[in-house]
Amino acid sequence: MSTQSLEPKYTEAQYSEVDQYQPATRTGRISNYVDQRVGGTGLVREFGRKVFPDHWTFMFGEVALYSFLITVVSGAFLTFWFDPSMASTQYEGSYAPMQGVEMSTAYATALELSFDVRGGLFMRQLHHWGALMFVMAMAVHMLRVFFTGAFRKPRELNWVVGCALLVAGLGAGFTGYSLPDEVLSGNGLRIIDGMLKAIPMVGTYISFFLFGGEFPGDEVIPRLYSLHIFVIPAVILILIAVHLFMVVVHKHTQYPGPGRTERNVVGYPIGPVYAAKAGGFLFVVFGVLALLAGLFQINALWNYGPYDPSPVQAGTQPDWYIGWFDGVLRLMPGSIGDISLEFVLPTPWGGNSVALPVLIPMIPIAVLLLGLFVWPFLEAWITGDKKEHHVLDRPRNAPGRTAFGMAMMVWYFVMWGAASSDLVAVQFSLSLNDVIIWLRVLFFLGPILAFIITKRICLALQRKDREIVLHGNEAGVIEMLPHGEFREKHNRVNDYELFTLVAYESPEVTPARPNAKGKVSLLEKSRAGLNRVFFEDRVAPVSREEYLEALSHDHHESSAALPAAASAQLESSKH
Amino acid sequence: MKALSQQRRHPLAAVALLLVGLLLTGGLYAAATSVNEAQASNVPDAYSASDVEEGERLFVANCATCHGINAAGSDAGPSLVGAGAAAVDFQVGTGRMPMQMSGPQAKQKPAQFNDEQTMQLAAYVASLGAGPSVPEDEYLDTSEGDISRGGELFRINCAMCHNAAAAGGALTEGKFAPALAGVESKHIYEAMMTGPQNMPEFNDSNIPAVDKRDIIAFLKNNESQGVPGGFALGSLGPVSEGLLIWTLGLVLLIGSMVWLTSRSS
Repeated sequence: MSTQSLEPKYTEAQYSEVDQYQPATRTGRISNYVDQRVGGTGLVREFGRKVFPDHWTFMFGEVALYSFLITVVSGAFLTFWFDPSMASTQYEGSYAPMQGVEMSTAYATALELSFDVRGGLFMRQLHHWGALMFVMAMAVHMLRVFFTGAFRKPRELNWVVGCALLVAGLGAGFTGYSLPDEVLSGNGLRIIDGMLKAIPMVGTYISFFLFGGEFPGDEVIPRLYSLHIFVIPAVILILIAVHLFMVVVHKHTQYPGPGRTERNVVGYPIGPVYAAKAGGFLFVVFGVLALLAGLFQINALWNYGPYDPSPVQAGTQPDWYIGWFDGVLRLMPGSIGDISLEFVLPTPWGGNSVALPVLIPMIPIAVLLLGLFVWPFLEAWITGDKKEHHVLDRPRNAPGRTAFGMAMMVWYFVMWGAASSDLVAVQFSLSLNDVIIWLRVLFFLGPILAFIITKRICLALQRKDREIVLHGNEAGVIEMLPHGEFREKHNRVNDYELFTLVAYESPEVTPARPNAKGKVSLLEKSRAGLNRVFFEDRVAPVSREEYLEALSHDHHESSAALPAAASAQLESSKH
Repeated sequence: MKALSQQRRHPLAAVALLLVGLLLTGGLYAAATSVNEAQASNVPDAYSASDVEEGERLFVANCATCHGINAAGSDAGPSLVGAGAAAVDFQVGTGRMPMQMSGPQAKQKPAQFNDEQTMQLAAYVASLGAGPSVPEDEYLDTSEGDISRGGELFRINCAMCHNAAAAGGALTEGKFAPALAGVESKHIYEAMMTGPQNMPEFNDSNIPAVDKRDIIAFLKNNESQGVPGGFALGSLGPVSEGLLIWTLGLVLLIGSMVWLTSRSS
């Protein structure tokens, strides 16, 4: 037990002076009233003066937050009418092509929301576009964080929280997509059912538990509804709170630039300008979403019809963020030549079938998702970097990471693209079989090519930076010197730009080191191997000496060139 | 356009204009008269001997290369004996036949024969052996159809290839199910009867004629009711929606972000 300090901070007289204080203005009286009861001063002092650097790429997290809020609000509206029951009913609403059709109450109320509730279709579309934007904003935000190295110490745990938010976002999206109980989302649930059943031994049981019996049963929609409107949003809210708390604790990162160091943050305080901008941005995001919801139809569930396990319609796809799950299943062949990939695991009770064509595609998904979570720790282990980083990397200045990130993006893109293989084939008049074969090739070759190409581009950009620092930018002006030489004029960059171009770290390869026992472990060898892949090709930033030498060279060439040449000629003519 | 406007005072401009006008009037007249004739020929018995004779002449000149003399088939094309008038009316009427080039599937293109010639070709093929005939008007009257029943039938029988919104879809090896918007009722009916290209056949014991009418009524209703939620994005579902959020959505967001963080200079 600890006791409060015995020495009071202020004297009794000071306390009573605060108690007696009467502000002169009306605003003052209101704020004083609030402050004395909720301690607003402290909050404003702590948060209102938090400095945020101004850069447009820092706003994707905000978009995610705002689109989540908009999705929650529009979703609350939808809950007033939507009934997640799978009880059978006959549609009697105003959409003529469905009249008299037998369907679940969930689908009937989703149709009612679309056609018979004033503003219902707009709110449904707002909710759905909001969900797409929520996950997209998270994805782009994470790409920004990844490629600028903002996940490095001390922010590794917040990266993990962000990854959890992404996964929760996928869960929220998928459970919501499944709720209307029409053929499109029912096919999605059927795939989930198939994946669950593919798990050896226990798969059938898990599927039966989830669906409350054989698929589709009449339990799954109410269960998904509980997850969608209660459990997952609660998890997301808690994670957002943790995420933002950690942002405040860590302070914001900043791009390299003059005056920006690992010990400061250069930018605007939240209050008042930044708060106004951020608040205004909420309405901008709302405006963009309202525009999309008002103009573009999304999830035309009246086309798909009530769920029936027998038909699978052409062009059946999940929402974009689940696409890569679908795509990787499409890429996996059911058998390789004549070799079947399905076999029966002999067990005392007769045998369990193992469906490798469904299980193998789970591997790249697990690798990507797990890799996302552990990347900050993996990179710190490879680089051996234990420093705090508050100044961001320009992607080109971390060629290894940038190349690796691009490789993983391409890998993801191939799986994502495979989900739309049929539409690609139709729209571009290609053979569906060829599209799949090419995507299979790209699945293996794409990431490797992306790694090599990106790394080369990064190194080339770094060399270009060196060139600009040492010789300046090409001015596009050709000069003729008095002795007849033609030369392009170069303009030196100013000191502000110069700083950004030279102030970066370019680590060198750290070879494998023996441990305390004097042995180089296999783990250390693999670390050193990865380290070499990351850092063996490097372009060092321009050093002070190089820069000064370039400057003196400059001096010789331009102003001293003529006199030197002229005097040399004079010298020779004398002899 | 510019070239056109510069040539407008050319000495031959008036002649060209006159020629275009004459062709247009003549063409329209020909089209109008042949439509009337086609309606008259909907009854299978209406084919006269001269229709068959004329049809054979057209067949020998335009189709026999692949389908063989007497339509008995060759390496390049199937026999048409027993294909029926409906198949000819569909394939020739939608421009799929004569085929432009061999490929995974004959594609729709502007019809090469007018309605009278199409009818004559159909008469010739119908004369070779019994087959499905061109549908009677009563089964094409969509006002008689039950659209919600048609919708159910469409979703069960057609949507797996043609897409729930009839926007079309992919089949294997470059083959595809076309979008159905704008296809004439008669041609939809004939396609179900004869199973052209890679389409399975839905004969009257599979889907009775009145049910076919319901399906056509459903499709025509979908076309005329418009899109409830705004631009339909090709009715392709989540892929085009995802594409829109990653293009237009992202661009609008980035634009406002750059605007918000820009400094007045």
